[in-house]
Amino acid sequence: MNLIIGAFTIGLILSLLSLGMLISFRMIRFTDITVDGSITLGASLTAVLIMAGWSPWLATLAAFMAGMIAGSITGILYTRFKIQEILAGILMMTALYSINLRIMGKSNIPLLDTKTVSQIPEQLLLSASGGESKMLIAGWQVSLIDLSVLISSTFLCLVIGWLLYHFLLTHYGTALRATGNNVQMVRAQGINNNKMIIFGLALSNGLVALSGALLAQYQGFADVQMGIGMMVWGLASIIIGEALVGKTNIWTTITGAVLGTILFRLLIAIALRWGLNPNDLKLVTALFVFAALVAPQLFKSFHKKFTKSSNHA
Amino acid sequence: MLKIQDVSKTFFPHTVNEVQALQNIDLTIDEGSFTCIIGTNGSGKSTLLNAVAGTFIPDSGTIHIDGLEISSWTEYQRARLIGRVFQNPFAGTAAEMTIAENIVLAMKRGKMHPLTIALNKKVKSEISDRIRMLKMGLEDRLDNPIGTLSGGQRQALTLLMATWLRPRLLLLDEHTAALDPKSAAKIAELTSEIIKEEKLTALMVTHSMQQAVDMPDRIVMMHRGKIVEDYQKEHKKRVRIADLLDTFDRVQKRELFDESVAKLLIREYI
Ligand SMILES: Nc1ncnc2c1ncn2[C@@H]1O[C@H](COP(=O)(O)OP(=O)(O)OP(=O)(O)O)[C@@H](O)[C@H]1O
Ligand SMILES: [Mg+2]
Repeated sequence: MNLIIGAFTIGLILSLLSLGMLISFRMIRFTDITVDGSITLGASLTAVLIMAGWSPWLATLAAFMAGMIAGSITGILYTRFKIQEILAGILMMTALYSINLRIMGKSNIPLLDTKTVSQIPEQLLLSASGGESKMLIAGWQVSLIDLSVLISSTFLCLVIGWLLYHFLLTHYGTALRATGNNVQMVRAQGINNNKMIIFGLALSNGLVALSGALLAQYQGFADVQMGIGMMVWGLASIIIGEALVGKTNIWTTITGAVLGTILFRLLIAIALRWGLNPNDLKLVTALFVFAALVAPQLFKSFHKKFTKSSNHA
Repeated sequence: MLKIQDVSKTFFPHTVNEVQALQNIDLTIDEGSFTCIIGTNGSGKSTLLNAVAGTFIPDSGTIHIDGLEISSWTEYQRARLIGRVFQNPFAGTAAEMTIAENIVLAMKRGKMHPLTIALNKKVKSEISDRIRMLKMGLEDRLDNPIGTLSGGQRQALTLLMATWLRPRLLLLDEHTAALDPKSAAKIAELTSEIIKEEKLTALMVTHSMQQAVDMPDRIVMMHRGKIVEDYQKEHKKRVRIADLLDTFDRVQKRELFDESVAKLLIREYI
């Protein structure tokens, strides 16, 4: 049960990463590698601010803003200075590595016994259980702290999913989505496509940093290495979500990304339980994304061969 | 209304591939007039339209619309004044977005895109009322991705989008060329209808001599980046397809002559 709650919580937290990447990879169609740096940026900034006595909510908000700044810089590198999108992301990600070290002052900050954004549900649960730190749910002993983190992540995830959904339906959001679909049309309709790309990357990395901020509070530490491979992770989640729910409209795309992230996290948790070496995790993720990207092509060529040979017969 | 003065554009300057796509073009278009541009492949018709639309900045010359000097405006800024339909029927719409979403963008062409929900019942009924005039049954398919429509249907919607907010200038670049004859005829008819009804100022490139004779009130012929003929008013009314073809021949012969003279001179003197 604790395994499931843990996987669910991390899945929910990381689904903000997936939602952010949905904007860059799927809406404005920008292969943004800044992600690996901005998730760490969110984590390190929140950790430092909470340690400095900031309210965890403010620290989390600051992480979101910092992510937005990082994303806009990538966008400006791409639009203003005409640097290729992958390279623009790599430059920003590399710069963020040093910036994150600067922010933290060392490569790892523990966040033990500090306040987090799950404080409110935690106190509520504690008073409800009469001070017990464990609760019996459906016959399982569940730690109240874990439960409260789950509740606050669910809450945040719902709120942000709802906001994102409505944003994408606004005039501005519609223009943003069109930018990734047909730039020529967007310009002919009087939309500044560069502005859209910068804003899209800002919003995307803001959400990614937010995910990092919550992750740090959940794990109880921020580490300068924690962002490595997160982009591929998010991509895997998005692909699973699309296979699961489809991408027929904004609603399914958003719920798909969230469900995909949770499912992927569950699968990984189970695989680890069954003896997958944690060191192999990123390899497995990369292989998975590779397979997901190649499978449709393979399927197509098989299909072609098959129809060809049946024509001959 | 539209004033193009001394506009030149050279692609790949100072290389073996140098193309003088526009050479000191001067063209003034009157308010409410409908002008066709014809000419051989590569004569610079699209380049001229792109210069007006702001796809690139010309090497020299100025462009005014309504007395506004727009030469330094970006493409998206000019979209405030200009509606466009491209040759490629897929270029003017966002394939993965729905008909309604595409049109709602056109309803805000060149304006602010506020943070309010773009599509509601009222907007949708406004959209279906207007696209009913196409008589394509699209009003019942507002929530279908536009990519599921045929080229002709998409081009009809693009035309509607370009004129949804009345543009000061409508630019059409061979917008019927990629369609089957029936759809092409339908789009041409729709074009004339909208231009007439809204009293638009329009500039249209076409390869169809029939369209050039039937539709506009002025024909401009281009060749090798220059305007070589300009049929206006009474002159235009008298012009027949055969006349246009003759002029084409004449222009090309003149050029052949030029070339053979050049060769002769080279042989003689070098
Ligand atoms: N973006 C570009 N880069 C390089 N050369 C270009 C570019 N656009 C146009 N040209 C060249 O400029 C010349 C004029 O091209 P343009 O497209 O304006 O011709 P056109 O009259 O529209 O021809 P068509 O009837 O084939 O559409 C051609 O020689 C073309 O190769
Ligand atoms: Mg052309």
